[in-house]
Amino acid sequence: MAEHVSRAVVRFAGDSGDGMQLTGDRFGADAAHQGNDIATLPDFPAEIRAPQGSLGGVSSFQVHFADRDIVTPGEELDALVAMNPAALKVHLSSLKRGGVVIIDESQFTKRNLTRAGYQVNPLDDGSLGSYQVVSLDLTVATKLAVADFGLGRKAVSRTRNMFALGLVSWLYSRELTPTLEWIAAKFADKPQIRDANTAALRAGWNHGDTTEIFAVRYEVDPAEVPAGCYRQIAGSHALSLGLVTAAHLAKVPLFLGSYPITPASDLLHQLSRMKSHGVQTFQAEDEIAAIGAALGASFGGALGVTTTSGPGFALKQEMLNLAVMTELPLVVVDVQRAGPSTGMPTKTEQTDLLQALFGRNGESPLPVLAPRSPADCFDVAIEAARIALTHRTPVVVLSDGYLSNGAEPWAIPSVKEMEPINVGFATTPNSPDGTFLPYLRDPETLDRPWAVPGTPRLEHRIGGLEKSDRSGSVSYDADNHDTMVRIRAEHIARIPVADAVVDDPSGSARVLIVGWGSTWGSITAAVRRVREQGHAIAKVHLRHLHPMPANLGEILHGYQKVIVPEMNLGQLTMLLRSVYLVDARCWSRVRGMPLPVGELTDHLVHEIKETTR
Amino acid sequence: MNGLSLVPAPSTELARKDFISSQEVKWCPGCGDYTILAAVQGLLPQLGIARENTVVLSGIGCSGRFPYYVGTYGMHSIHGRALTIATGLTITRPDLAVMVVTGDGDALSIGGNHFIHTMRRNPNITVLMFNNRIYGLTKGQYSPTSELGKITKSSPTGTVDTPLNPLSLALGAEASFVARTTDSDKTHLTETIRAAFAHRGASFVEIYQNCSIFNDGAYDSLHAEDAEGFLLLEHNRPILSASSRLGVVRASDGELVVAPVDEVGMESVLVHDAHRLDPTLAFGLSRLTDTGIIRRAPIGVLRQVDRPSFDDMARAQVDTAMSNNGASTDESIQRLLAGEDTWQVH
Repeated sequence: MAEHVSRAVVRFAGDSGDGMQLTGDRFGADAAHQGNDIATLPDFPAEIRAPQGSLGGVSSFQVHFADRDIVTPGEELDALVAMNPAALKVHLSSLKRGGVVIIDESQFTKRNLTRAGYQVNPLDDGSLGSYQVVSLDLTVATKLAVADFGLGRKAVSRTRNMFALGLVSWLYSRELTPTLEWIAAKFADKPQIRDANTAALRAGWNHGDTTEIFAVRYEVDPAEVPAGCYRQIAGSHALSLGLVTAAHLAKVPLFLGSYPITPASDLLHQLSRMKSHGVQTFQAEDEIAAIGAALGASFGGALGVTTTSGPGFALKQEMLNLAVMTELPLVVVDVQRAGPSTGMPTKTEQTDLLQALFGRNGESPLPVLAPRSPADCFDVAIEAARIALTHRTPVVVLSDGYLSNGAEPWAIPSVKEMEPINVGFATTPNSPDGTFLPYLRDPETLDRPWAVPGTPRLEHRIGGLEKSDRSGSVSYDADNHDTMVRIRAEHIARIPVADAVVDDPSGSARVLIVGWGSTWGSITAAVRRVREQGHAIAKVHLRHLHPMPANLGEILHGYQKVIVPEMNLGQLTMLLRSVYLVDARCWSRVRGMPLPVGELTDHLVHEIKETTR
Repeated sequence: MNGLSLVPAPSTELARKDFISSQEVKWCPGCGDYTILAAVQGLLPQLGIARENTVVLSGIGCSGRFPYYVGTYGMHSIHGRALTIATGLTITRPDLAVMVVTGDGDALSIGGNHFIHTMRRNPNITVLMFNNRIYGLTKGQYSPTSELGKITKSSPTGTVDTPLNPLSLALGAEASFVARTTDSDKTHLTETIRAAFAHRGASFVEIYQNCSIFNDGAYDSLHAEDAEGFLLLEHNRPILSASSRLGVVRASDGELVVAPVDEVGMESVLVHDAHRLDPTLAFGLSRLTDTGIIRRAPIGVLRQVDRPSFDDMARAQVDTAMSNNGASTDESIQRLLAGEDTWQVH
């Protein structure tokens, strides 16, 4: 008999080479497939193979799955798989009291213990007393299970993760069939590996079933979600699909110029595999060439896109400014990571907001958007491309490491029902004298006409020098420059942005919480907890960081207190204070991880109590 | 297929005036750039390509103003980066003739990385590098081609920088078309640029260009000694100075040297083969350029070999992938969004 639980958080942890990312990803996919809502959090070192058994080399993958809507990958673990002492050492503190910890005891050798900094074996000294310890010789058990397939020692060891997955699958009453099918497809051309992984997975499951090593077995029912066709999607994949879909909606080719950088490289990998949909990708010699090529493609009438992370984004700023000056469409995706400088490449952060807004010389306005969840990356990519193509401007999308790697279920939208993107290329001269004025703007939107090479009679020259209003000819005239600086700012300010929506079910909240980007999950979860404790709180989450929604000022001034949780030292807070003259207060954590929900909840409750007093 | 094969022909006959923009030309009096502009404006109507399908791109520096003066599509971009813009444009628009105008500072200093990578990739771009051996627009600092010891505004006691040889660099970077010409010979200039346009792939043309203000007379020494400064590179012809008194021969140790023809005999003068696949000999010829004050330099098409162009190959990959799928439709995109692994919630 399985005990029904509403939700569970499981973390797989091991050495970088232990296949923990694959295992966790598979467990999450499986949970999603069986109808749970899920959120995942991969966490891995920047080093490809850090020293074996070391604390720095521990790689983990966390899966939160539930019978209801969830918004974060969870914090307190219900179950931890520790493939070696280092994994135990790093992750035990996240395991809740009474939680299950599955340990491969064969890895708890004197050498590995020393490497992990254990003086005494934690399996022997009673330090695991408050947990349900399931310790087994996983290495030998796996070896026996795959003995018949003639694999070498290394290959045998690589199937340990499937044994662990089988064991955890049994613990949470998961059907093995989807994973067996996945193994069959993944290793279709390597029957030996396929059969060994299948055997290891089954052996793990059977071990749980027959040995009574677990005191309880759990079950998490499917979540109530709207009807539809679903898939599991990671942020990087959703973003790539969004870009391809946007190009399709606009009937222009998609061109990606990119240079490999963690954690943005996945976007280059994904899009380079979508050639059959007309996607052209270009791995450039550096970050500058990547954005330069993208701008060149845009000049020719394509949707030019470049993808990067913080350090690369810094290198792109000069070319981005040329796109601002020439008013050409361009989408720049910055998958933010912990900085400054190289920082912590695989850890997440929201510290490039001010760089995106103000990191260039001169008055250089451009739209900035941020997705709030992995699946939301799809919608934001389309929105960014729509703004870029219709308003002729570079647009920055601020994703981050967590959004890019994290995954969740996604109700696949219908392409037929999507709004087309009307690019409206210029085809005829726009001046009474039969000439073409590249900076003669639409009086309402201030958008300029976009004439691409190959269009007869519209030959014109653009560039980085200041240009005359309307004609676009080079101009050093003082008044003209003042006019153009203001027009460029006003042009971006006029881009239509949906009003911000306040979530305040009671209507009696005095405290407003404002967020942007990937903190949406943590903030939403904290707000739920605050309300469960009987307090009123209002919430606004921004997708558009520039221009901001027109009603935002009014919203901000409607509350006694405005709290802005950020994974930086207060970048949005600074903007809100300066733009809206509101006493917004930042609550920040910069740990390379999503904001901690428990701490945030406590902070919000404290602030609410202070305000009511 | 030549460099202009995919570019449409003009609908009406074009003349020089069609390639003159309304912008006033603002280079200094006596600048070599005027000759180059006139040569390009004279050549473009002869190439049989539509004006609207011609694009001139540039970076920063005096050469950077070039696109403003040509009546085609154009972009004056940022310092050293025009080649990157050209690469993206060329990949997505095979129907355009793309020309990049750059300078010795723009191409070899700030844009050096893009220069070598563009050469090795070989996209279908014509690159004209105006080499005046000085920074002109910033008013006279030394450039990466300035001779060692040169006294300039930023090197009052002389430079300690060894200069680059642009031809050697291009050859080392696997360039498929490498040529040199000069603003002092408009016919040679025009014909060299014509050959560059005809080449499919990246064509690199170094143009010796006089800066009348900050480095006037930089190439005067080439003209000083009775037309013996330039060594003329013409395919299948012996490599001789204009006077034919000097020729390039192989010394006994294999090195290329310049020797009086009447001493070594015409039969030992090297016959130029621009299409040689191995670049070693071309490199040897590029080294016959003086590094200090230039009294002697080879001129003409040093190397022109057929190598698949980068953009053709990049497009071919997409075309092949698309041939199974056809053009994007709502249905094909819907299938892409669904992927392999979906489930239905009722």
